[in-house]
Amino acid sequence: MSITKGYQVRLAQVRRRRVAPMSEPIIEQPAPVTGGGDVLVRIRGLVFRRGGRAIFDGVELDIRRGAVTAIMGPSGTGKTTLLKLITGQLPPDAGTIEFDGEPVRARDRAALYRLRRRMGMLFQSGALLTDLSVFDNVAYPLREHGRLPASLLRKLVLLKLEAVGLRGARDLMPAELSGGMARRVALARAIALDPDMVLYDEPFTGQDPISMGVLVALIRQLNDASNLTSLVVSHDVRETAQIADYIYLIARGQVIAQGSPEALARDASPWVRQFMDAKPDGPVHFHHPAPALEADLFTRGRH
Amino acid sequence: MLFDPLARLGRAGLGVLERLGRAHRLLLAILLGSAEVLLRPRLLIAQLYNIGVLSVLIISVSGLFVGMVLGLQGHYVLARFGAVESLGLMVAASLVRELGPVVTALLVAGRAGSALSAEIGLMKATEQLAGLELMAVDPVRRILAPRFYGGVLAMPLLAAIFSAVGVLGGFFVGVGLLGVDAGAFWSQMQNQVDFREDIVNGVIKSLVFGVVVTWIALFQGHDCVPTSEGVSRATTRTVVLGALAVLGLDFILTALMFGD
Repeated sequence: MSITKGYQVRLAQVRRRRVAPMSEPIIEQPAPVTGGGDVLVRIRGLVFRRGGRAIFDGVELDIRRGAVTAIMGPSGTGKTTLLKLITGQLPPDAGTIEFDGEPVRARDRAALYRLRRRMGMLFQSGALLTDLSVFDNVAYPLREHGRLPASLLRKLVLLKLEAVGLRGARDLMPAELSGGMARRVALARAIALDPDMVLYDEPFTGQDPISMGVLVALIRQLNDASNLTSLVVSHDVRETAQIADYIYLIARGQVIAQGSPEALARDASPWVRQFMDAKPDGPVHFHHPAPALEADLFTRGRH
Repeated sequence: MLFDPLARLGRAGLGVLERLGRAHRLLLAILLGSAEVLLRPRLLIAQLYNIGVLSVLIISVSGLFVGMVLGLQGHYVLARFGAVESLGLMVAASLVRELGPVVTALLVAGRAGSALSAEIGLMKATEQLAGLELMAVDPVRRILAPRFYGGVLAMPLLAAIFSAVGVLGGFFVGVGLLGVDAGAFWSQMQNQVDFREDIVNGVIKSLVFGVVVTWIALFQGHDCVPTSEGVSRATTRTVVLGALAVLGLDFILTALMFGD
């Protein structure tokens, strides 16, 4: 059996185990999914502006415990900014973000660090410490936040590396890793402290098909095996739809559609269709806003 | 239209004040994170190695040449007054009071300061600092504070090495090549160089330069635009601002210490 076939089989297995879809989609003006204790992250009335432009204008969404939730949308819609707001790297201009019922306060460093110990984040770049080996990178959060005996620490690190298939790469330096391997090491580091939630920032960008298949399978497997909650920010429709239990589509500063992957696949709204079917033109125009071509060509300008 | 230049000036002034404010906030955060350095002395030792030990060669070679030039120039001037026996005093006093602390600080700003800015800037550009934040590890305490104290402590030690090697360079030229009496060279130096007035003041200068140069380097790296161009500008600014700050502060400190 080929490697990709193997991953497809594993993927099919994990997809069968995934939690049930939450509800049918509500398009255009979605109401947030009601959560209560079932909701790990609750966002209400989120407003965030940058340079006078509203990146988010009244975003409301819930991230359910134990589920893989995807935030999708075209580039530049603020998906990574949303992760930064959830993790308290940026303060919102208005609205609230709660993690497990506790407000995320970007300016209360002690409370924020307590919350962050319960979160792991996979950066797009991996963000590995370049002067430490793979082993030491994964051991880093364990050493920083605990006083484990060396033998126990070693076992824990090797188990985390085993989970991402890189136990054999423990002595390599980050510069010796491929992009996909670096992301898997970063994933092992993100789960080192057994967090409640892992946030993935564009995990599939720039990956070859094999690495992408590995990451797709890993995200789902880790979520189910470790009883995690996963938040995947991505614009890779096919890969994300394979593993997500619930998808929020974001554009123009708002959630414009949400639902299970199957529900969004059936959705007929032009915006959803353009994004999910990767059409070059539609509600999101191919051309960036500009004056008429004739007017631009036959007038003098700086450029 | 009339007020455009004025508005630009105002904006530039506000920008400078804003950067100054951020720089002071960073310094305060570093000072508040000092406990980390005491709790994890290995971090400090690693930075003493990076900033101090790795700078010893350039400091020693520079000190040797500066001392040799001082020996030559000093001999030329003192010979006019028939006071070549005072060459040792002149070389040593010049080095411990002025040239040792100042040239060392300039060299450290160029070698270690630019390296610090580039390192911190690249850590920011590659999201390593954000990664630490997300692991609930404060990068100011864990990354910046040990580098700050490494720079502050390394500076007087490097200045001492610079001065000592410089004296040897002056001795080599004055006594070895120009025929100054070795006994007079050393005894004048021993009798006339005052511990408190010359050496302690030189050490104080070095400590101040250590604080300023390392602070500028860390701030420029931490505050840079996280792109290759941003990191490049940060390293350049570290060297330029560091050198200007050292020279400006040297005048103020000299006036305070030795002015009547």
